[in-house]
Amino acid sequence: MAKPKLAIYWAASCGGCDIAILDIEEKILDVAEFFDLVFWPCAMDFKYADVEAMEDKSITLTLFNGAIRSDENYRIAQLLRKKSVVLCAFGSCASEGCIPGLANLCNLDSILDYAYIKSPSVNNSNKIIPQTKTKVPEGELTIPRLWNTVRTLPQVVDVDYIIPGCPPQSDQIIEVLTTIIDILKNDKPLPEKGTVLGATDKSVCDECTRERDIKKITKFIRPYEIIPDPDLCLLEQGIVCLGPATRSGCGAKCVLAGAPCRGCYGKPQNIRDQGAKMISALASVIDSTDPEEIERIIRTVPDPIGTFYRFSLADSMLRRVQI
Amino acid sequence: MTNFEPKILGILCNWCSYTGADLAGTARMKYPANMRSVRVMCSGRVDPGFIFDALRAGADGVLVCGCHPGDCHYHEGNYKCMRRIPLTKILLEDMGIDPRRLRLEWVSASEGARFQQVVTEFTEELRALGPLKLRELNFDPDHPAGGDNHVAVESAAHDELEAGH
Repeated sequence: MAKPKLAIYWAASCGGCDIAILDIEEKILDVAEFFDLVFWPCAMDFKYADVEAMEDKSITLTLFNGAIRSDENYRIAQLLRKKSVVLCAFGSCASEGCIPGLANLCNLDSILDYAYIKSPSVNNSNKIIPQTKTKVPEGELTIPRLWNTVRTLPQVVDVDYIIPGCPPQSDQIIEVLTTIIDILKNDKPLPEKGTVLGATDKSVCDECTRERDIKKITKFIRPYEIIPDPDLCLLEQGIVCLGPATRSGCGAKCVLAGAPCRGCYGKPQNIRDQGAKMISALASVIDSTDPEEIERIIRTVPDPIGTFYRFSLADSMLRRVQI
Repeated sequence: MTNFEPKILGILCNWCSYTGADLAGTARMKYPANMRSVRVMCSGRVDPGFIFDALRAGADGVLVCGCHPGDCHYHEGNYKCMRRIPLTKILLEDMGIDPRRLRLEWVSASEGARFQQVVTEFTEELRALGPLKLRELNFDPDHPAGGDNHVAVESAAHDELEAGH
């Protein structure tokens, strides 16, 4: 019997998800042995035409990382959806926009203007901004059109499963791939569509072993301002930690190492907006019942939008800044 | 904007504000019919997500009403609300939405007249602000790129460069 086919693709992403897949070390050999790797631009030379030539639903599993912010990203998302039986949004970019999603804080014009003209490291006296089509003596060059709003994979195509994380932790990737191989080998039923794989339903606080009191605070501080107590909850020490608004599955690695959770595993089960959840969490640690003092304390939250939605702005309920 | 009637979602606490609104009604006090009310058990139950949801769904403003500080049926629910709303307003402002579209008011069960005044004022304020239009909220497959489409034109700079060749 022919091997099941596996595809791995990157759209608007940093490449960290592809590296995370390689970080499963020798387990990658099991994957390579079980699957026929038919498409993985980061690691092997395949062309889009190769995928287009495949029969529909001929790829058993596609791990899609990266957000959707160009015509090319969108075209390949649609193509892989058509060719795949199971399409997984792999990593934070695909599932919630992640760092590329922070482009939704501006619009396309201002991004191009800064990147190609205003940025201090750019010398572009002719004010050249990339065009989708450019005539050169040899013919016409084209590049994909960039979008004004960054989208997540589930916003643009039908997605079967979500594997969160920036990047997903290697132990979780091993777990997910082993489970999938087991399912396919032994003809077991697939998990319910829409399931979040490689994570739990609870929040990072659930995995965090730091002690929680009912201590309240009168000021938010940045991590460099104090040496945090190694055993106490960071939020109760005044450091904005996104643990209460973030899905667990990472093992609370950052928090246990003394760095606040930044929220890369996305919103927990049944939470619709990471920022909304974080507002509620912060409101419950503020020690004041005086409106003026409350106003003063909340003004000490560093960069609320960039902190609460560092990974999930494109998937937030309001999606983008209104410009 | 003469024909614009703002849509307001009022989220009212069961013990004080909803009863206050009820009092305004039974006393036949008139106020604009722009507010749709939702009763919650406590203003401390109001998750900022409810507010975002209302704005997504087409509300031009959200009014949250609870018991006066110190009067909460559950002792401190309204203090939770008191701390959430200003942070939500900051987030709305960062999102490019006028924070005046979210309003927190304390209305007790006996303050029917105050409720009437709050709704009237808020309706007028929103009427002046105009309708809330959230751009590019949902993905539109017919216009996937959104924005003012990055039109494929050759820039003047390119022409100059070519002329230089």
